[in-house]
Amino acid sequence: MNIFSEALTWLNDPLNWTNPDGVFALLGQHLALSGAALLLALVVAWPLGVWLGATGRGGTITVVVSNVTRAVPTMALLSLLPLTALGFGPQSVVPALALFGVPPLLATAYTGMREVDPDARDAAHGMGFSRSGMLFKVELPLAVPQLASGFRTAAVQIVATTTLAALFNGGGLGEIISRGFGLGLAKGGGEILAGGILVAGLALIVEGVLAVGEKYVTPIALRDLSRTKARVSMSV
Amino acid sequence: MSLSIGLDDPRNPWFSWSYIEDNAATLGSALLEHLELTVVSVVVAAVISIPLGILSARSRLAATVILSGSGVLYTIPSLAVFALLAPFLGQSLITVEVGLVMYAMLIIVRATLTGLRQVPPDVIDAAGGMGYSRVHLLTRVELPLAVPSIMTGLRIATVSTVAMVTIGAVVGHGGLGGLILTGFRNNLYKPQILTATILCIALALAFEVLLSLVTRLMTPWTRGRTS
Repeated sequence: MNIFSEALTWLNDPLNWTNPDGVFALLGQHLALSGAALLLALVVAWPLGVWLGATGRGGTITVVVSNVTRAVPTMALLSLLPLTALGFGPQSVVPALALFGVPPLLATAYTGMREVDPDARDAAHGMGFSRSGMLFKVELPLAVPQLASGFRTAAVQIVATTTLAALFNGGGLGEIISRGFGLGLAKGGGEILAGGILVAGLALIVEGVLAVGEKYVTPIALRDLSRTKARVSMSV
Repeated sequence: MSLSIGLDDPRNPWFSWSYIEDNAATLGSALLEHLELTVVSVVVAAVISIPLGILSARSRLAATVILSGSGVLYTIPSLAVFALLAPFLGQSLITVEVGLVMYAMLIIVRATLTGLRQVPPDVIDAAGGMGYSRVHLLTRVELPLAVPSIMTGLRIATVSTVAMVTIGAVVGHGGLGGLILTGFRNNLYKPQILTATILCIALALAFEVLLSLVTRLMTPWTRGRTS
């Protein structure tokens, strides 16, 4: 268990945390990149998904988007975008990461809107709701469980993908793993393992926090419903 | 490619036939490695996951354990998975395979479970009434009806695996990903990065088409229905 103790030694060294390129700095970078990417994905995907869902158009668009992005290797985007006019830095890392958040956000916004009970729509219409009143007071609240589950999937996906930015000088916690591999297994094994533990820990924490958040934002009346829906949407 | 060339240098175009001609052998072997890694990991994942899917369709407890266990594994970023495995398994093909199998498994288990759950209870009752044993019920009725869902799972798992193989480059076995990574690290050599990317996407599309055809052949009864 030599490597384990090496990893523990690495994690126990305060300098490895407080250095200018230590864990704290990298964690900050990781969260800033992920946050910006998530925001960008939200700004693009939610309005589009809600509009497509409300109008009933674009069922195929959402399927095509998710199929295409699945085939594009993350590595490719992270290495190609810095070579374009965007240049090196967050301005090319963030859009590359955002792309992987779009499919779950788009798909859940679309299905969330599609699955609003037509009776609820009719009732709102009969009560004299305007189109925008209906959207904000009836349709969107009913779609909250779906929107929240898409948010969670996208956020976890982006935080995980941000790890790869380090391979292309993009920063984030993946730097620790990347540096360790740079040293080679014999010298950097402990650092690689320590980095792996930190990254895995971060992903699991984000997932856990958002799972709790998802439950919290879902109106009580919709909770049972959302559980069955979530199960269905998880199934391929 | 140890020449010192800049991003806007004419020797560093986005696309270059001469790069492809000069490096056909390297591209070919990277593509082959990519193909092997994908096929082996999806096949291994399918061999493990389809029985696990059947098991979870039979028992609620097994379903909870298997789905939440694989869900947790799925949450861990792939680079972290390789980082957690490499110090123990070395910078080897095994490390990459184990990581890839893990990710593919979740998708295939879920697809199998979904497929089996979609079999109408009436059909199962009818087969039971006709005296089918448990084994025959599974192999002759339930599994064939679950084939479309299982095949969808295999297709998604394969396409995702093609993309994920590239990350194996950090461990030295990433197929076309190796070319992307070295192309980036050696002078940001654009033709290499873009050619490898295009090959990678083409491979994913080829699998998509191939598996769709196989699904059609395996489920003749769905033909003629509106898709």
